[in-house]
Amino acid sequence: MRFGLVMGEAASGLRRNISMVISVILVTFISLTFVGAAILLQLQIVQMKGYWYDRAQVAVFLCTAAESNGNCSAQEATPEQKAAVEAQLKSPDLAPYIEKYEFEDHALAYKNFMAFSGDSAYASFVKPEMLNESFRVNLKDPDNADVLIENLSSFAGVQEVKDQRKYLDQIFDILNAASYTAIGLAVLMLIAAVLLIATTIRLSAFSRRRELGIMRLVGASNRFIQTPFILEGVFAALIGSVLAGGAIVAIVQFFVRGYLVEALPGATSLIGLGDALLVVPVLIVLGGVLAAASAGFAINRYLKV
Amino acid sequence: MIRFDSVSKLYSSNPRPALNNVSLEIVKGEFVFLVGASGSGKSSFLRLVLREEKPSKGDIHVLGQQLTTLSSRKVPYFRRNLGVVFQDFRLLPQKTVFDNVAFTLQVIGKSKGFIQEAVPDVLKMVGLAGKTARFPHELSGGEQQRVAIARAIVNKPAILLADEPTGNLDPATSQGIMTLLERINLGGTTVVMATHDAGIVDSMKRRVIELIGGQIVRDERQGGYQTQSMPIQTFGLAGSGDAQ
Repeated sequence: MRFGLVMGEAASGLRRNISMVISVILVTFISLTFVGAAILLQLQIVQMKGYWYDRAQVAVFLCTAAESNGNCSAQEATPEQKAAVEAQLKSPDLAPYIEKYEFEDHALAYKNFMAFSGDSAYASFVKPEMLNESFRVNLKDPDNADVLIENLSSFAGVQEVKDQRKYLDQIFDILNAASYTAIGLAVLMLIAAVLLIATTIRLSAFSRRRELGIMRLVGASNRFIQTPFILEGVFAALIGSVLAGGAIVAIVQFFVRGYLVEALPGATSLIGLGDALLVVPVLIVLGGVLAAASAGFAINRYLKV
Repeated sequence: MIRFDSVSKLYSSNPRPALNNVSLEIVKGEFVFLVGASGSGKSSFLRLVLREEKPSKGDIHVLGQQLTTLSSRKVPYFRRNLGVVFQDFRLLPQKTVFDNVAFTLQVIGKSKGFIQEAVPDVLKMVGLAGKTARFPHELSGGEQQRVAIARAIVNKPAILLADEPTGNLDPATSQGIMTLLERINLGGTTVVMATHDAGIVDSMKRRVIELIGGQIVRDERQGGYQTQSMPIQTFGLAGSGDAQ
């Protein structure tokens, strides 16, 4: 009975304020979509880091007959030079940093190359001896790559020491910047949404001030008076949040899974629908809580006994 | 029932107090007229009883509650024991007579069954039995005020506060309203009525409390609108009130 009355009051408030309610829905929809996109970008970064950092190694490329940069002089690295590098890897200077290392000779390098881009146009021109032999070093802590780079770069027969994470960091920087931009926009939009909800509720309360006056006079409890207004705000915001959740799922489904996965066949670690479904409840709860808080605040100031 | 102990009320915008050191007691079942010029403090008195305002000084006890210390969370429950009627009726224009009265019961959480029983009863008592489905704008002023009274008493309050309930009505209609208020009073409800209507006060012969400038200058059993004793005594009383 009372529940029905409260719902009825909320529904009539929504009907009376329909244009404001629609604007609340749209603003929460857009702001929460930005929030969701930011969360997805962060998830993507974490996922890529997890995937690639485990595989990222420091590669000590040795000279081939074709190379003349670095310490190379167009001569294949001699076995002595290789042994010197390997000895250095085992020395007490470097050993504490290193988890394991392995040697990749021409044959293995060729095999890996063919596996990854064997079907590309230039694959047929590549010969095993054109590919660098290398020591592939896994570090205990990938952040210590510089120690290895400094230590080994000057060795004879070493063309270059490369931290593979450097390639990834650029990508992460771009993704991070994008997600911070999304968060910034989301915060601005959320502020607008909160203020809009507060204004809508105050407007709704104003249009019902006669009822409110009588309710207070005859002793309706504050909670009873407030609840319809809070429900009104929460309801509008929830519609916006659900729309935002739908948008996030659609983005992942059609853009990431449908387009990016096709366009970037090498990118093995893109987020999936599971991640999107994880974000949806976060958006809905966030929308609901923000709306309840701002509506409650607005109506409370209106109702001061 | 209602007790004021040296109550003063100051509004921040006005250096003159709306009520100045008022002490009085109204007991159960009394019918009290509150008279005085506009701005003499009648409405402030009613607002204080309703706990719409807190006094600046002094204590107010209503129905065994000490209003100065009553927490605002409990105020709604306190108000359920009071009924209020205003000069401008304050009905909800989009609700029927029945719904206007039922609304008060709904918002304090009464059951549907109780409402179905209590509302027709009270509408019959105020003489509107045949007009339950009308809207306020279809009723005369007197009938609208009867709806407002029905709304105020449907929850059987111990006290009925009336702020110039006949202020918008012609004398004949006013008389009908007063008869109704008298009947309610006979049922045991304490009635406190602020009014400017000299004819009503004189003919009813009830307790009269007169306020001037926020002070009680007269408190007579069976008084009239103007003091029945020599007018000069009014000034004498006012003077002694200042001296206290």
